[in-house]
Amino acid sequence: MSTTTPAVVLSGITKRFPGVVANSDVHLSVQVGEVHALCGENGAGKSTLMKILYGMQQPDEGTIEVAGKQVRFRTPADAIKAGIGMVHQHFMLADNLTVQENVVLGAESLHGIGGKARKRILELAKATGLTVDPGVLVERLGVADRQRVEILKVLYRGAKVIILDEPTAVLVPQEVDELFATLRGMREQGFTFLFISHKLDEVRAIADSVTVIRRGTTVGTADPKAVSSRQLAEMMVGSELPSPETRESTVTDRVVLRVENLGLVAAEGTRPVLDDIDLVVRAGEIVGIAGVEGNGQTELVETVMGIRKAHHGRVLLGDKDVTRLGTLARREAGIGYIPEDRHRQGLLLEQPLWANRILGHQTRGPVSKGQWLDLAGAKKDTRRIVDEFDVRTPGIDVAAVALSGGNQQKLVVGRELSGDPVLLIASHPTRGVDVGAQALIWDEIKNARARGLAVLLISADLDELIGLSDTIRVMLRGRLVADADPATVTPEDLGSAMTGAGATSAAVAEHAPGAAKASESEGE
Amino acid sequence: MGILRGKLLPPVLAILFSALLCGIALVVSGANPLRAFGVMLSQVGEGTTAVDIINSTGTYYIAALAVAIGFQMNLFNIGVEGQYRVAAVVAAVVGGSIALPPGLHALVIILTAAVAGALWAAVPAILKVTRGVNEVISTIMMNGLALGLAAYLIGSDVFGELRGNNIRTPEIPESGWVPGISFGSSGTVFGLVFLAALLGVGYWVMMNRTRFGFELRASGESATAAAAGGVNAKKMVLIAMLLSGAIAGLVSMPEILGRDHTYNLNFPAGIGFSGIAIALLGRNHPGGIAFAAVLWAFLDKSGLALDNVQVPREIVTIMQGAIVLSVVVAYEVVRRFELAAQQRQVGRQLGTVDAA
Ligand SMILES: Nc1ncnc2c1ncn2[C@@H]1O[C@H](COP(=O)(O)OP(=O)(O)OP(=O)(O)O)[C@@H](O)[C@H]1O
Ligand SMILES: [Mg+2]
Repeated sequence: MSTTTPAVVLSGITKRFPGVVANSDVHLSVQVGEVHALCGENGAGKSTLMKILYGMQQPDEGTIEVAGKQVRFRTPADAIKAGIGMVHQHFMLADNLTVQENVVLGAESLHGIGGKARKRILELAKATGLTVDPGVLVERLGVADRQRVEILKVLYRGAKVIILDEPTAVLVPQEVDELFATLRGMREQGFTFLFISHKLDEVRAIADSVTVIRRGTTVGTADPKAVSSRQLAEMMVGSELPSPETRESTVTDRVVLRVENLGLVAAEGTRPVLDDIDLVVRAGEIVGIAGVEGNGQTELVETVMGIRKAHHGRVLLGDKDVTRLGTLARREAGIGYIPEDRHRQGLLLEQPLWANRILGHQTRGPVSKGQWLDLAGAKKDTRRIVDEFDVRTPGIDVAAVALSGGNQQKLVVGRELSGDPVLLIASHPTRGVDVGAQALIWDEIKNARARGLAVLLISADLDELIGLSDTIRVMLRGRLVADADPATVTPEDLGSAMTGAGATSAAVAEHAPGAAKASESEGE
Repeated sequence: MGILRGKLLPPVLAILFSALLCGIALVVSGANPLRAFGVMLSQVGEGTTAVDIINSTGTYYIAALAVAIGFQMNLFNIGVEGQYRVAAVVAAVVGGSIALPPGLHALVIILTAAVAGALWAAVPAILKVTRGVNEVISTIMMNGLALGLAAYLIGSDVFGELRGNNIRTPEIPESGWVPGISFGSSGTVFGLVFLAALLGVGYWVMMNRTRFGFELRASGESATAAAAGGVNAKKMVLIAMLLSGAIAGLVSMPEILGRDHTYNLNFPAGIGFSGIAIALLGRNHPGGIAFAAVLWAFLDKSGLALDNVQVPREIVTIMQGAIVLSVVVAYEVVRRFELAAQQRQVGRQLGTVDAA
């Protein structure tokens, strides 16, 4: 409709990997100052296309034009020079460096590494909503803040076209709203965004146009205001939108997980990260934990898994006190664990899929016998997971890194549901998977629940949380502050309870405020 | 075939490249590089050189395996040097002071060496696990201590005795010796060279077929994923370090039980450091390490002949250093090249259809 030169034009892009054609004759045109969404199934080739635009991978065929000029990016540095920046689906931050070091790393020539750089970071931080001090170590940040650091990194390098690969997968609705507000503000200033998401409502909320990719090729571009989520989903997969609704309750009165008075302190003299948590999950029950990222969910899960040591309190699995046991013993006792960050905690990226099947199960069949690995058993069971969970892969001998993000997630979920666990700890079990796979994972969890599995579910996706859970507990600043009834609560009610805005609905029952510590205060 | 190329091409390129470097160095210093290399090659057929190379390969191989076990989980055991020295003294002292039937005697000495090496490695391991002390620093310091301890233990007022102008531990009685395979005037291959081969097979089995090997590799690749998978990082550090130390303890066994029968002042030094380079060159793979160990031993032993043609023998050290450096570069170059080639090939096979 406009006669101005598009910000980016990709034409005829083809990219092959061993055994797979990730992109085949893709055409994409992005206008200046728009938010252009990219949708498609897991493994459709979205990330690959964006990595090509960002110079991380070279196309086998096809051309890239930026602002009307044909370009060839050999490295991301070339793309950055042309004003293109990318925030990856899987963050690429160095844990052991500070925020400032991460941002400045590789861009020292811009503002040095000292006070000037810090000043610039603080200026830009406002735009991204990052409130932590640039001197903080990245390993201390939650997922949402890590993402803000990634965006900051891109802005710091002067990008005008910014690629966001599934930025909202890790955010709760309020944070999504904040992010969208940021994007809109920046769009006014002439920034252009390429935005990948599986959440079609979000796409319709923020995008000015949307391109659908299926099996490596562009199906078409649409006006998101004019199509429904259902139509979009059908363009992507030809199937309908799933809903996480659980039908009849399967909750029993047999307690599987009991957490008593659990406390965790990160550093002396600071507010506890976990403050007297009491929690019960019964066989056949899904207990959902609602909360804004960084309010102690990660720590709760890791303490229940034995990755962190509790300062006080007990964790019981059935009648067995597992508080003193290590992670392996807890897994052997029947706990499955879907970690929130599949790259950091879920997978050995360089190892083949079947070796990843062994991780966490190394002491049990069918992948090992005593001290020996059972390679045949591991391979056979990996094939089963690939079939059952529809993991799109050329084979089970490829390295995990070669799978698309959503397919990696399916593999992890399949592994953790293997071996009949009694308790599943699921942190964002459908993070980054497409609508079809989401339905599949939900079904698998529901089926296991019907067989008596107890599930502790953490999710930023409130529809998922409400739809799957039998009970919802709200977590705020390390404490469980309220209960919500999934049958009646709305995402909006839950959202405000999560931010501590107080109960706005009868479906949310706040705990007695007298229990709150008088000393409680903001920040440090 | 592609895999073979990816694995073999880099070291070959690296060796050619470093040979080129040394050639240039030789030309600059006024020598004829072709002649020098020729002399080195023909030296293999001279005297005991061939057998010396085999014996030395065995020793290097054990040292490199010890290093490689740590490398698998990004644990840098720089202390192989000290571990094998302490183990050698202790084993020689114990072996020289007990009387046991043949066979059993040697076995006890070998086990003593392994235990001594493991105990010496236990110090940095415990420091790392309990106090978080970096193992690079602690093992280097333990190397210094090992020198001192060994010198003290062989003092004539402790366990040692003076023979001529050499100080040594009491000789191990014949029941503790391990016979070799004699090639007459060409020398004798140490019997325990086969121990090295056995260790190599054991190492492969451990890394590829056992739970421990899997956990070791997982810890090396991603500490966070290993932890979430129930691998106890501290336990792994401890076991890997002890195992590495135990194998390091065996490094000098072929020589002591096969030829010297004592620990003396002429004890070879620096094998632990060569082991680091060899493990790097062999990419922690038992086959790769074997190849690298042979190369190292060849350069060492044949290099001795360079003196005969008035070429400084130090050129060999330069070459060894150059190989390690260039192998790192070569792996990266070949990896990229491979990937591109593979993709072109797949592309041809698949045409441009279907992504599933
Ligand atoms: N480095 C690689 N080596 C081999 N194959 C790869 C590699 N990267 C991606 N692929 C393959 O290319 C295809 C497209 O992957 P891509 O990551 O672009 O998907 P995606 O659309 O981003 O999916 P998701 O929604 O799951 O993130 C997949 O089949 C994947 O397995
Ligand atoms: Mg992706």
